[in-house]
Amino acid sequence: MENTSAAIPDLQSVADTINGAIPGAGVTVVSNEGPSGQDSLLFQNKYAEACARWLKQDSPWKMDYLSNATGIDWTEEALKKKLGKDAEPEATAGFLETVYHLYSMQTSAGPLVFRIRTGNRSDDVALPSMTPIWRSAELQEREIFDLYGIHFEGHPDLRRIMMWDSFEGHPMRKDYVEPDDYEYEPTPHADVLKKSATHQNPSKKGGNQ
Amino acid sequence: MDEGLKSELQKAGIFTTTLSDLYNWGRRNSLWPLQFGLACCAIEMIATSMSRYDLARFGAEVFRPSPRQADLMIVSGTVTKKMAPQVVRLYKQMPSPKYVIAMGACAISGGPFKQGYNVLKGIDRFIPVDIHIPGCPPRPEALLHAIMTLQRKIAGDSLHWDRRKAEEEQLMAELPIPECGTHDLLPAKNAKIWNPEPVIRS
Repeated sequence: MENTSAAIPDLQSVADTINGAIPGAGVTVVSNEGPSGQDSLLFQNKYAEACARWLKQDSPWKMDYLSNATGIDWTEEALKKKLGKDAEPEATAGFLETVYHLYSMQTSAGPLVFRIRTGNRSDDVALPSMTPIWRSAELQEREIFDLYGIHFEGHPDLRRIMMWDSFEGHPMRKDYVEPDDYEYEPTPHADVLKKSATHQNPSKKGGNQ
Repeated sequence: MDEGLKSELQKAGIFTTTLSDLYNWGRRNSLWPLQFGLACCAIEMIATSMSRYDLARFGAEVFRPSPRQADLMIVSGTVTKKMAPQVVRLYKQMPSPKYVIAMGACAISGGPFKQGYNVLKGIDRFIPVDIHIPGCPPRPEALLHAIMTLQRKIAGDSLHWDRRKAEEEQLMAELPIPECGTHDLLPAKNAKIWNPEPVIRS
């Protein structure tokens, strides 16, 4: 099998290539200052599916394997911390984000990371689904729907996968409050100490450790 | 019967026992576990049943697939809140006398995942547990020790009708199966069988 190991060049040139191939796509590069240094592409929601199909079928790297899909909850506080206190208010309004990691089986290229963002965290939470393009996104997008609340349009079977169907709420969001079953904590510490404080015996003076 | 007399008679070739001893001997040496592995502790349970740490020599070779035929449930692994109603349902389908071993930290109290939103913090919130095995995961030798401890416990069971025991069994038969509510299980625990002592800090 011919192995055209076309390595992926730097992400800005990838973004320019996509913007050239799909007019109006508006793909930008999000840099990652963390230790991994894995920069990613940011797709606009309306063009996300077209860009993804281009990456899979028409790009020289033929990214045909989606290895990972994950969600991120960007709250206002998190964005302010990341962008600084002087950032504009619309840049720090909260949103939800999905990050996809792509590899190529045919050309051994990868990883290529791209993101898509929702409008806000409350009512505008629909994103295009990548399942019609890469089948491996099916269960992962169900998990993101279950835990973050992002609704994927075009997903063939979008329902909860980890929590039960009648569950309400999205546990991985930062404002999720878990149920209080910390009645019996013989050795609490840190967060658990705070959570179990209401159940502990407050009568002794100099009470809890 | 006096143990000294018993051993003297045995040396002479006479074997004496009581009916309850014989009955309990039969029951404890042929415990049939239910095939019930949930997570990593299940792998250790499988390892215990394999040739190196053989569980078959304790009579527990046949892991029954049906709860109707089993008398021991080894809860091995993290019990999620989604799975908890099924665990209780299976326990209720087992005919009594039945025993439960909570294997591993997760089955005892939620274990390393205790702060999880979907983790049931201990299966003894809903079903009565006879033996707890600490460990993450406990070694196969620990599971064998638990089976032996359970065997010693069964050896002490009485065949006589006991009012308190009958009331306890009645209570056990009424175990409500928790429902999956909107935020948590309803009820979050069975207050009749789970009464931890209040923690008092000095």
